[in-house]
Amino acid sequence: MFGKLTLSAIPFDQPIIMGTCIVLILGILAILALITYKKKWGWLWTEWITTVDHKRIGIMYTLLALVMLLRGFSDAIMMRSQQVLASSNGHGFLPPEHYDQIFSAHGTIMIFFMAMPFVVGLMNFVVPLQIGARDVAFPVLNSVSFWLTAAGALLINLSLGIGEFSRTGWLAYPPLSELPFSPGVGVDYYLWSLQISGVGTLLSGVNLLTTLLKLRAPGMRLSMMPVFSWTALASNMLIVAAFPILTATFAMLLLDRYLGTHFFTNDGGGNPMMYINLIWTWGHPEVYILILPPFGVFSEVISTFSRKPLFGYRSMVVATMVITLLAFTTWLHHFFTMGSGADVNGFFGITTMVIAIPTGVKIFNWLFTMYGGRVRFTSPVLWTIGFMVTFTIGGMTGVLMAVPPADFVLHNSLFLVAHFHNVIIGGVVFGCLAGLTYWFPKAFGFRLHEGLGKAAFWCWFVGFYLAFMPLYILGFMGMTRRMNHYDDPSWLPYLLVAEGGAVLIFVGILLQATQLVWSIKKRQTLRAGADPWDGRTLEWSTASPPPPYNFARVPQVACIDAYWEAKQEVTTAPEEPFEAIEMPKNSGLGFFVAFFAVIGGFGMIWHIWWMGILALVAFFALIVWSSWDENDEFELSAREVALFERANPHAA
Amino acid sequence: MSSDSASLDMPSEDPGVQLTSRQHVTGFGFYLYLLSDGILFAALFAAFAVLRTATDGGPDGHMLFSARNAFVETACLLTSSFTCGIAMLACDRRNKFVALIGFLVTAVLGIAFLTLEIHEFSDLMAKGYGPDRSAFLSSFFTLVGTHGLHVTCGILWLGVLLVQFLLRGFTPAILRRFLCLSLFWHVLDVVWIGVFTFVYLVGGYL
Amino acid sequence: MMRKSTALSPLARLSIVMACCPFLSACTEGVLVPKGPVGAQEKQLLLEALIPMLMVITPILFLTLWFAWWFRSSNARATYRPRWEYSGAIEFSIWMIPLLVILFLGSLAWIGAHQLDPYQPLASKRKPLVVQVVAMDWRWLFIYPEQGVASVNELAIPVDTPVSFRLTSATVMNSFFIPSLGGQIYAMPGMQTQLQLQASEPGNYRGLSAQYSGAGFSDMHFQVLATDEAGFQAWVERARSAATPLDATVYDRLAAKHESSGVAYYAPASGALFDHAIDHATKRPESTSGVSASNPGTTLSSAGSEH
Repeated sequence: MFGKLTLSAIPFDQPIIMGTCIVLILGILAILALITYKKKWGWLWTEWITTVDHKRIGIMYTLLALVMLLRGFSDAIMMRSQQVLASSNGHGFLPPEHYDQIFSAHGTIMIFFMAMPFVVGLMNFVVPLQIGARDVAFPVLNSVSFWLTAAGALLINLSLGIGEFSRTGWLAYPPLSELPFSPGVGVDYYLWSLQISGVGTLLSGVNLLTTLLKLRAPGMRLSMMPVFSWTALASNMLIVAAFPILTATFAMLLLDRYLGTHFFTNDGGGNPMMYINLIWTWGHPEVYILILPPFGVFSEVISTFSRKPLFGYRSMVVATMVITLLAFTTWLHHFFTMGSGADVNGFFGITTMVIAIPTGVKIFNWLFTMYGGRVRFTSPVLWTIGFMVTFTIGGMTGVLMAVPPADFVLHNSLFLVAHFHNVIIGGVVFGCLAGLTYWFPKAFGFRLHEGLGKAAFWCWFVGFYLAFMPLYILGFMGMTRRMNHYDDPSWLPYLLVAEGGAVLIFVGILLQATQLVWSIKKRQTLRAGADPWDGRTLEWSTASPPPPYNFARVPQVACIDAYWEAKQEVTTAPEEPFEAIEMPKNSGLGFFVAFFAVIGGFGMIWHIWWMGILALVAFFALIVWSSWDENDEFELSAREVALFERANPHAA
Repeated sequence: MSSDSASLDMPSEDPGVQLTSRQHVTGFGFYLYLLSDGILFAALFAAFAVLRTATDGGPDGHMLFSARNAFVETACLLTSSFTCGIAMLACDRRNKFVALIGFLVTAVLGIAFLTLEIHEFSDLMAKGYGPDRSAFLSSFFTLVGTHGLHVTCGILWLGVLLVQFLLRGFTPAILRRFLCLSLFWHVLDVVWIGVFTFVYLVGGYL
Repeated sequence: MMRKSTALSPLARLSIVMACCPFLSACTEGVLVPKGPVGAQEKQLLLEALIPMLMVITPILFLTLWFAWWFRSSNARATYRPRWEYSGAIEFSIWMIPLLVILFLGSLAWIGAHQLDPYQPLASKRKPLVVQVVAMDWRWLFIYPEQGVASVNELAIPVDTPVSFRLTSATVMNSFFIPSLGGQIYAMPGMQTQLQLQASEPGNYRGLSAQYSGAGFSDMHFQVLATDEAGFQAWVERARSAATPLDATVYDRLAAKHESSGVAYYAPASGALFDHAIDHATKRPESTSGVSASNPGTTLSSAGSEH
């Protein structure tokens, strides 16, 4: 009846896990009680859970990312503390079977459930506003995508208290992730939660790509599209092209584990090297899926706050597209040490380096955007300058490892760990946080507190250098990644510094939490109009927060920086009457699909087959049910539009 | 906005334009999805290519595949694509009867294809050559089986859609869904031609 | 308050560490202190790639800070050019500068990949010593086919003699890495990889697995004893005096156990065992049924028991 699931799946003997679980359960219960007490369930259901508004879905993505950031970060702090305590002959406070779950969970959560939702959330919120569209192409599908991502996140967090998580690193290389070496449910948690959220990401990619290519405002040719939208276009192209590979690869591993096939096993003719090749043909484009939209954020921020158009718009677009294409040609540099031969290694070394050319061009473009500008040092600008410095260093260490013989000595060492944190924190995280601060007033109508934001930036910035520069040195000293304990006392001082850096980043996160709470409390004093930063692109032309339909009148575009140019002409547009707007209806489909995805995934993980079948049947029924109602739109009358527009006067 | 919107694929207030525009956007999005599905199959094809010779002492394609079966399967699927095309033409002319017959024949041919495939699979498994026998057979079953799974989904989809069609006739939503379904069906045909060529012809005979 | 003090004290410590980092790394082990020709060449290449890049990025970092500071909105002396967004000359050079750097580094990568191909035999007057390496859960087995001995977690090599490694794994993927001597290579089940290394100075070096391989991974390290020819012969003699021969049965038992262990010697040992090891790893689990009893990770707490 309950497959492999018994009471012993709950780790009662692990005080750290049980403590965390109890705190989490109490926290969730408290939130639920608060919602019930405030009688907010109806509001939550109609305004958020069933919403198909891209702005709200974007906000929910971002919220999910922030929550998962906390989870992933607590894993990071535990890892750093373990390595500090497990010097010489000490074994620290985490035994290997627990520590190995932590570093696997840290990587998996940070990439799939922090960085991805953050980036997708920003794109979801900003892209339709920036291209002058009223929503994404498929609003209901958008809600399904979000809820599938949330379902994956829920499933992966269930592994904390029920059973165990994978102990195979964030990419679950076979044969270690195969049944003979990982017989527990950990790898199954990993695979099912990523399959479910991966489908969500793929659908979101299709959705945003269609939106960008088909729903741009009249007159906005591709060559006038804001740079963030360009990078979103590139990122979503990569999602559509790369995520199916991930789905297929994980499906093969699942078949190995559930049906005894031999794709990647040691026996039966299986080929583990094929997994490593396949996973990195997804994995390297994934890096660009994550970094390109932040590149777009920096472009918007640097141009807005320098009060200048972006330098070399065309170069920027060309560079973005070159990176998009080359993303699929470099995967082998993740395993130069597999013995592929000098020609293959040399080829992939060069293709990897070639990507540094367009990336370098981008750095120069941002640099010359500031030249001749009036740079205002707001916190988004601090994140951007912090990024330019940090990412350049990270890019350099990356090119260094693209030299195959240099990689032979640095591969899998802490140098590698330092490198990818250098580009992911310095690039993706800084970019997302810059974007969060930049577009927050658009989403909520008030600014985030600047002082706290700047303090948080400095904690993150200095904390990052303290946490990761020592790891570069440790890499040179021959310390490899994923070590539970070690016997070389000379490594300890560096690890202590790294721990200090992690704590400083934690202070930064605390400051950000304070900033959020403070800003919400003092929102009356932080009120922002439609255009708080003197923006250049269309999202600043509508009210903050924008109405559900984004634009009462669909804007006409004739140039880059459409809104900036419009602001230069002081002519007042003749008052046209408002028109009725077709709006998509709310839909519970996404929530229900995700609900059954969790049920089905949980059933499959624990071999409770009836739950899997139930989910499949429910899924089919849901699709049929939702297809029955063909009237998925309603009309917002001209009077209602006029009412809102008069209540919220703004520039356009 | 009505004047320049038609050329820019924007939804417009004119209901006639709006219908085609939404159909156009949906079709485009679905086409992108199919592209990604094609990449999924590409990964499975790649796995098959890598593992083709990894028979672990078991049988290889030459010993297993029946040309007759694969040929009949191909004929079923290609014909079903043709009837699907006819049904779509009938949809464009709002000819309910021909559309219905066309889709029904498509579904029947799809079911025939599936029956043959299931027969082939169970035959192999009865001989002890299931997907767990060797890496080669794992990749064979997965590649062909994934295609079969797509066909199954297509038939289920068609079934539901036909019921809605009988109840409601040519509504914009149903026309849009027929368009997507026919795209889906044709792409499955293309994938099958790949399967037939690389698995059955190259893998079985050359 | 505690948080604050831990956050600050590393700050002070960092400045000290950063200041003496070149000295520190000079007196410890690592890839910057190579003890053999392969490692020396790899370090050389690393620096050859690093220095030109530093020469390019240092001005960029400087310009970033300078532009940001000079063009701050409160600086009245900076000229505001609200419409300046294009300059053909700048565009040309910002594509050319990275292109030229990459042209240089790309040729470095191509030449380096060929010169330091781990499969390429090292140039030496001496005949290379062949060592067959089998990664196990979680220890290293070294077979010396020419000497007829084998050891666990101890690798003895004569200095100034090329060592030609043949590697495979009895279980999952591992990476064989001796930071002081040079680059690493994967050891994979059912496959064979190769690596050439050479020590030029006698000493004890650390060897380890660089690829995470399960619960006992952190203990999967070994001593490298680089000695002169006489010392190596003495080591071989010591290994020969071991009572246990290494045959297929002993090997299978060894491979089936999932635990870390100390040093052990086996004699006699034949090079044919290496082929057996490659073959054995790809056998169906039924034939190695002894595994399941000590399988890692059957329950939450069993895996850690090897300590």
